[in-house]
Amino acid sequence: MATPMPLSGALRLVDYWAIVYKRTWKGGVITSFVTPFFYILAMGVLLGDFVTADPAQLDGAPSYLAFIAPGMVAVQAMTIAISETTYPVMGMVKWQRIYYSMIASPLSVGEIVLAQLGFVLVRVLFSCGVFLAVLAPFGVFESVGGTLAALPVQLLIGLAFATPVFAFAAGLDNESAFALIFRLGMIPLTLFSGTFFPIGNLGPVLEAVARVTPLWQGVDLTRMLVLGDVDWVWAAVHVVYLAALAAVGWWLTVRRLTRRLVK
Amino acid sequence: MSDQTSMISARGLRKSFVQRSRKGPGIEFEAVRGIDVDVRRGVAFGFLGPNGAGKSSTMRMICCVSPVSGGELRIFGLDPATHGPEIRSRIGVCPQEDTLDNELNVWENLYVYGRYFGLPRDVVRDRIDELLDFVQLTEKAQAKVDDLSGGMKRRLTIARSLINKPEILILDEPTTGLDPQARHVIWDRLFRLKQQGVTLVLTTHYMDEAEQLADRLVVMDKGVIVAEGSPRELIEQYSTREVAEIRFGVGENEALAPKVEDLAERVEVLPDRLLLYTDDGERALQDVLGRGLRPETTLVRRATLEDVFLRLTGRSLAD
Repeated sequence: MATPMPLSGALRLVDYWAIVYKRTWKGGVITSFVTPFFYILAMGVLLGDFVTADPAQLDGAPSYLAFIAPGMVAVQAMTIAISETTYPVMGMVKWQRIYYSMIASPLSVGEIVLAQLGFVLVRVLFSCGVFLAVLAPFGVFESVGGTLAALPVQLLIGLAFATPVFAFAAGLDNESAFALIFRLGMIPLTLFSGTFFPIGNLGPVLEAVARVTPLWQGVDLTRMLVLGDVDWVWAAVHVVYLAALAAVGWWLTVRRLTRRLVK
Repeated sequence: MSDQTSMISARGLRKSFVQRSRKGPGIEFEAVRGIDVDVRRGVAFGFLGPNGAGKSSTMRMICCVSPVSGGELRIFGLDPATHGPEIRSRIGVCPQEDTLDNELNVWENLYVYGRYFGLPRDVVRDRIDELLDFVQLTEKAQAKVDDLSGGMKRRLTIARSLINKPEILILDEPTTGLDPQARHVIWDRLFRLKQQGVTLVLTTHYMDEAEQLADRLVVMDKGVIVAEGSPRELIEQYSTREVAEIRFGVGENEALAPKVEDLAERVEVLPDRLLLYTDDGERALQDVLGRGLRPETTLVRRATLEDVFLRLTGRSLAD
């Protein structure tokens, strides 16, 4: 028997992740949908009522709600990716040691990582898909085709966050560092990556910083698409940036998890 | 029942770990220091030794989840470095610490594990029914793992390790932490597997477990093999037939040892008692009493692997 291909091995894990999903999807609906909906309501609708900026100042969005809606979708992709690759990974390495039972079978670490990332992407797909579908009737998206194209972009954003965080979590001794990811990573990114206001407002230095964050790359790409106003060069830069981050994160994850499990 | 097919063969097998420190170079620690092992098909092979002897490190190398640091290791004649997945598909592993998914029920734990091996879903379902019956957990199929007793969890882990119909079943400390009754249930099941022709490889620091289950065993201490043979051979070679245990008051044992030294082939001084190795324990005891010594308690018993280990290493297994 030859070494199974990574994909065929990962497919053997579909049953495991399907059972996990069946058990957790209800809780996921609350956290992954209700929270962003509250943000949209509070910031977009109620606070946004006071914002009467010129569309030119809002990256071309006709209203403040239309400005933050794509940002919130991208934040959602990031949030799910990070939450699925922090505590769950620690649990599988340390608390329940599920990875050890997996590597006792013919599965390789690469196959295990691939399957878990597949699961993360399914979560991002459902969550962001529902989110886009619920926002659409409010008339916040200008382009139908662009909005449809924004969905696979959310998967790319999810992957760009999932793989580096997975790599980080795979080598940790305990979960205390996750607080740093949430407080010093996720929250500042959510606030300052062009989600609630254009990054031009940050001033030249901070704007340059914001431009290199993966979330801004994702937010800007999503916004261009749903507003139907795509700068193809920038779009290509965003895609390449996010894909490169995902690839480096993938490599690091397999390496660090292998070191952790096979020693 | 055994034939000459080599299931596991190790030559000069070594395992070392580098313990990283934040400052300065890492310290190298050798867990396994060059062991030779041959396990033939159908045999129940035991690794006996105290904690830290290198048993688990050896098991992990055999399970292809720990790279060999030196020497040669072959399982089914294959090299773990190049044929890890193939070897793992033909062995079953019952690890020392349970790696069951507490949030899945008993049936689901077996099901997902069978799928890891790429077994078709209907095959897995059929095998689950058989295996639950074999480990007497059929009634618990829908129970949460968290609600199972320690013995049930271990039986579930054994059932799980059998899902791929392994040619070798590897058990790392299969009954550590279980109560006596649960241990006997496990031993009974393992004995049945042995009768079915499954090659068993187990580690244990319980001499009674090794005596019950192992046809052949190696005694490991500090990363090396210090003796090898069947339990009976080892006892014959390294111990007398009987042992008279005598216990004096606290602190007196060592002081009184010279007074009984000539009454047995060998005397071991333990902190709480003296062990007199002789072929006639009752006789030795009479001689002790004949000298006017008055031990608080006495016991005559047959020699066990514990005595072999004490002889070989100067320490008891529990240390």
